[in-house]
Amino acid sequence: MQVGVKLLLVAAAVAVAGVLIGFYANKLTHDANSAAYTVPVRIVNGQRVVDLKIQTVAAAGPTVSHNPDWVSYLVQTSNGVWKRLTVWDLPANATIHVTDYNFDGASGTRNPFLGRFTGTDGNRALVNGKPVDHIDPSLASHIFAVPQLGINIAFLGVPDNAKNQCGYAPCPLKTAHETIKFTFHTTTPGHYRWQCFVPCAAGWISGWGGPMQTIGYMDGFLNVKA
Amino acid sequence: MASQPTAATPPRDSVNHGLRFVVAWLVLSVIATPLVVIFVGPILPPGNMTTQAHEQIYDNTWLAAVSTPVLCLVVVFLVYAFVYFRAPKGGALVDGPPLREHAGIQVVWIVITSVTVLMLAAFGTYQLLQNGSGGGQGPSPVAVPAGASHNLAVQVIGQQWEWTFRYPSFGGVETHELVLPQHTSVTLHVTSLDVVHSFWAYQLGVKADANPGTDNVAYVQTRGPGTFQIRCAELCGLFHGYMFSTGRVVSATQFQSWAKTQEAIYKTIAKYVPPYAKTYICPAAGTSPTCSPQPTLRGG
Repeated sequence: MQVGVKLLLVAAAVAVAGVLIGFYANKLTHDANSAAYTVPVRIVNGQRVVDLKIQTVAAAGPTVSHNPDWVSYLVQTSNGVWKRLTVWDLPANATIHVTDYNFDGASGTRNPFLGRFTGTDGNRALVNGKPVDHIDPSLASHIFAVPQLGINIAFLGVPDNAKNQCGYAPCPLKTAHETIKFTFHTTTPGHYRWQCFVPCAAGWISGWGGPMQTIGYMDGFLNVKA
Repeated sequence: MASQPTAATPPRDSVNHGLRFVVAWLVLSVIATPLVVIFVGPILPPGNMTTQAHEQIYDNTWLAAVSTPVLCLVVVFLVYAFVYFRAPKGGALVDGPPLREHAGIQVVWIVITSVTVLMLAAFGTYQLLQNGSGGGQGPSPVAVPAGASHNLAVQVIGQQWEWTFRYPSFGGVETHELVLPQHTSVTLHVTSLDVVHSFWAYQLGVKADANPGTDNVAYVQTRGPGTFQIRCAELCGLFHGYMFSTGRVVSATQFQSWAKTQEAIYKTIAKYVPPYAKTYICPAAGTSPTCSPQPTLRGG
């Protein structure tokens, strides 16, 4: 075989491999849905305030995901639409009011210590209107944690025997849910990851595969910008 | 018949290049090695925050001292070859004399490299056996520092993707932050809740694998106050690269105050946390009443 033909074959093989890698990377990116959502900011008494509304669901559903059975976070955009976006742009030196509507049942934490709330005003949260500084870790459904900011809030799970449970996201508030509200404050600009600490990925080894390892479901980033 | 020079057997150079080269190398090594020890040694990592880290600077200085002549050898060879064996401009390219086996050179080469490597192995082993050099020694440590039974015990727990810490001498309080008192001997019990992690506190000179169900013991003696970085050094999933935090070495008074605050914060969750044990999960399900359930049973 001539050298020219060999080179051509090698080039063709490299090109094919490159295209396949490109398809794979595109699929990963597409699945991850890592686009950033800029949360609207309002000014109250000269201070920047953000209202971040999220919901945590047992199944993302076919409307917002190619993996309808994956557990997921969703964020409510300014026009009221729930979207599966977990990279959030937040202002620096601002007050962030978070409301989570949790529609999922309890899985329990691996580390019971993470049932303790930290990093929020008073190291507390309002769970269905009641101020508490922890929940029973075995009743935790999900966790919103930003380790670099010291934030750790466990979300109470919907009881197994609750009526009118939500099937697929986006879940309407008329279905069974728990409401968790808390407030934290951003300071300097930075890029902070957040994640769930409950092994809630049903069907995956140790409950920690798939949505727990994919940005756009149970993990994301806070882009705190000046 | 007139003889004709052939390219295969060029005339030998009358200069003794070997001797020149060896002299140049020896002179450079004798000058460079003390300079490296004196000026580079003190700024080598990982710092002086602990005795172990300080000793590692000593080890790294030794390694630098041993490797300096090797570096000099390469540099001198390169420069010498550039200067003396460069083809003259416009001149014909001729091959050098053929290389022949030389038993003496081979023996010297093997002896020098073997002695160097064995010496470093012996030096490293000796250093490791002194106090473990900040490395994880498994559940049955061999290099136990004197008086280690009186050390401050701290459990280091790796989980995807955060480090938490328990202090058995403070009621088993668990914290998100690692704080140590200065001038204190500490025994770290490194373990994991899920997959294999590696606890790497660079400035402390400590690195120990965190295996689920295993108590990996490492010793460290703190010195002056300061902050240090904690990282995971074992690829452990999506946010492995974000599994870092900052620890502190503080005065004894500050440590006591911090520990009391942590105990107060921890109090409300304490009843849900299992009693302190050497590992955070059971080696086998149901083998100990003080273990948490197996994480594999908690998924979904």
